[in-house]
Amino acid sequence: MISVRDLTVIFNVSGREIRAAEGISFEVAKGETFGIVGESGSGKSTVLRAIAGLVPSSSTMLEVDGQPAARRRSREDRRKLQFVFQDPYASLHPRKTVDDILREPLEIHRESDIDNRVMAAISDVGLSAIHRFRYPHQLSGGQRQRVAIARALILNPPILLLDEPTSALDVSVQAEILNLLARLRQSYSLTSILVSHDLAVVAHLCDRIAIMQLGRLVEVISADDLRNGTVTADYTRKLIAASRGFTRQPA
Amino acid sequence: MSEPLLTVKNLEVTFPGRMGVTRAVRNASFTLGRERLGVVGESGSGKTTMGRALLGLLPSTASVSAEIMSYQGTDLLACSEHDWQRLRGRRMSMVMQDPKYSLNPVKTVGKQIGETALLHLRTDRRDARRRTLAMLEAVQIRDPELVYRLYPHQLSGGMGQRVMIAMMLIAEPDLLIADEPTSALDVTVQNEVLRILDDLVRDRGMGLIMISHNLTMVSSFCDRVLIMYGGRIVEECAARDLQNAHHPYTRALVAATPSLDVRRTELATVTRDPEWLK
Repeated sequence: MISVRDLTVIFNVSGREIRAAEGISFEVAKGETFGIVGESGSGKSTVLRAIAGLVPSSSTMLEVDGQPAARRRSREDRRKLQFVFQDPYASLHPRKTVDDILREPLEIHRESDIDNRVMAAISDVGLSAIHRFRYPHQLSGGQRQRVAIARALILNPPILLLDEPTSALDVSVQAEILNLLARLRQSYSLTSILVSHDLAVVAHLCDRIAIMQLGRLVEVISADDLRNGTVTADYTRKLIAASRGFTRQPA
Repeated sequence: MSEPLLTVKNLEVTFPGRMGVTRAVRNASFTLGRERLGVVGESGSGKTTMGRALLGLLPSTASVSAEIMSYQGTDLLACSEHDWQRLRGRRMSMVMQDPKYSLNPVKTVGKQIGETALLHLRTDRRDARRRTLAMLEAVQIRDPELVYRLYPHQLSGGMGQRVMIAMMLIAEPDLLIADEPTSALDVTVQNEVLRILDDLVRDRGMGLIMISHNLTMVSSFCDRVLIMYGGRIVEECAARDLQNAHHPYTRALVAATPSLDVRRTELATVTRDPEWLK
């Protein structure tokens, strides 16, 4: 469904070259949920953005849904890939109602039956009609993230890209959103890539996981490998140990 | 445990609002010895407000009342602003969440830390400089001389957080309140910062209150944990027993947290019971 080979993203920052991602290769099968974990600055979000065409990249191959992804994406390309961002407070337009927000993608793609589809999308993510004409500031963080997910899914895309979708949320709300994502990917047979710094979240939702460090892909492991600690790279081992909590060294 | 450092009984913090009075902290009682006490809760549970109340840092609109709120024999309820200034920094301090907003952007690191020493320890500039460098070394900054001359924007998140800890500890307080000191940091850096705090608690016999939403971190780092919900301490337990807590809210929080150890097909969601607030 998604094939990436030798993906490299270079940013020019005041004359200096920053290699945000270098030589990244992986494949995501249809219906799979693929995870990318890493610490800040590891390039995990950059890879996701490069796949979506949001940052310029070079690669020997970048295929989305069996088609080579063009440098400039067509409207049809864009429909296939939808994005959910980290901060639901920043990714929804503050002066548009939920109705406006959900209507916009349908209008851009000249869809019909807009009213019904907006309503269906709202109930699909566990909101109800009373939320339809609310503004983002009238919703809680979890409700906002539900709106962002509804917006991403309203065009029935085959692929969903999730960039830290729950890291701005409380644990109890995170649980609701993770359950919602698990249910939706089932009912829409979605292929998705989930980027997160939280190993437990990624292990919960994903089948295979790529570990990134300083712009490079360290290794790709299965969620069970991650749980059992059957990994080859030292960095991965260190990351897993750190995620299990603090260990007090004997004095 | 010997004489507690801090004793709080029936602490209430309320804020007036258009819709009536908001009870941000309700009836909170606990004691703190020379130990690591975790305070866990979700947004709006009152954990930060409680921490600020202990340091007299709430805005003047807040009203604070308690039966007892005493720190090493000082009645915190009777403190004037002048008394607070003598307590804060010298005998108790607070590390805030985000170094980006809490450090002075136009002063070098060395100057800000040294200022605390000058103010509280009544020492001279040369001694303040010496203490600052020693403190930067204690929080494991590799090149203290270099970092001394840097401005906050030149620091990474982890370094900024260490600088804040250095600043709070230079006057050698007996009580440190850390409000989400590691939540802006990467996990590997988070554990380094925790190790520094841990050493300081052990070596200096400090009392530490660790405010956090991160159950994994608190249960592995602290000795005891208070769980807050809606301004109320709903449960107190030993940190290692958090997995077997009794209160339905604590149990729900534990079950809602994705874990590397247990495979769950679906996460439990928290069903809130109005009874918990009674």
